[in-house]
Amino acid sequence: MSLDDWILALHVLSAFAFVAGTIVFWVLIVAVRKTDTPEGTIRMEPVVKVGNAATGIGAGGTIVFGIWLAISLDAYQVWDGWVIAAIVLWAISLATGQRTGVAYMQGMTKAQGLQTSGQTGPSAELLALNRTSNGVLLHFATTVAVLLILIDMIWKPGA
Amino acid sequence: MSVLAAIRPDEWNFPLFLHVLGAMILVGATLTAASALAFARGNPQLVRLGYWTLLVVGLPSYVLMWAAAHWIYSKEGLDGSGIDSAWATIGFVVAEGGAVLFVASLILGGIGVRRLGDGKGAGLLKATMVISLVLLAAYVVAVWAMAGKPD
Repeated sequence: MSLDDWILALHVLSAFAFVAGTIVFWVLIVAVRKTDTPEGTIRMEPVVKVGNAATGIGAGGTIVFGIWLAISLDAYQVWDGWVIAAIVLWAISLATGQRTGVAYMQGMTKAQGLQTSGQTGPSAELLALNRTSNGVLLHFATTVAVLLILIDMIWKPGA
Repeated sequence: MSVLAAIRPDEWNFPLFLHVLGAMILVGATLTAASALAFARGNPQLVRLGYWTLLVVGLPSYVLMWAAAHWIYSKEGLDGSGIDSAWATIGFVVAEGGAVLFVASLILGGIGVRRLGDGKGAGLLKATMVISLVLLAAYVVAVWAMAGKPD
């Protein structure tokens, strides 16, 4: 395998990590919709961290190795339309993903506050925060952006 | 082989898209399940989350990945011939061998979840978690091989 083959493999592995992180958050979004207790909400935190790690490694790896490939390979250039489209979609997915995190962290913060104050029973306010429709919409937007990147990478329009 | 893969005909794009999409969702489902089962520490909520993710998200995505892989293979006209490259061999071994492990993890996890109510099933669910971690490692190797295409 050449260096470019290795970089391509790392680029694709990063893309898998990015999408895996997106899937982790979809599962958590569905799971937390029925969660109205502080303990149940806080229990999701380690899985949230796994999702954050996968998304972070994936987002960083895709852009670094992707731009490396666009510079290194003669067939592609960083200013190719499909490459620019991928970078723009990547930035959109990062922005919406970050806002999704903010939306869902309100529930986690509320749960931690309730537990600290000794309120361990079900909370309608916590359930409402865990069911944030804004968060679902933002994660849907993130998913659409990631899906469009995948389509762009496979069809490479204009290449 | 990398050059051949880079200049694939356009009509292979759609099955390739489905294959990669299925594989990506499968990796995500396996990662979620393994994480939930690893951090559950006997908590039924996280145990069920891990198991149902494997069943409801992992199984359909595996079928999509596998079916699209065979679609591409038939489009290449290779389904009647032997596998002649290391990367395709790795892909098939992980897909077919992984299927056996995947089904085993679903059966063991299913029994484990059913026994949760009686305070049993922890060992079976631990086995499901270990299998999920093994599958995750195998998927990383398969993705590396499919993308890097070693000789």
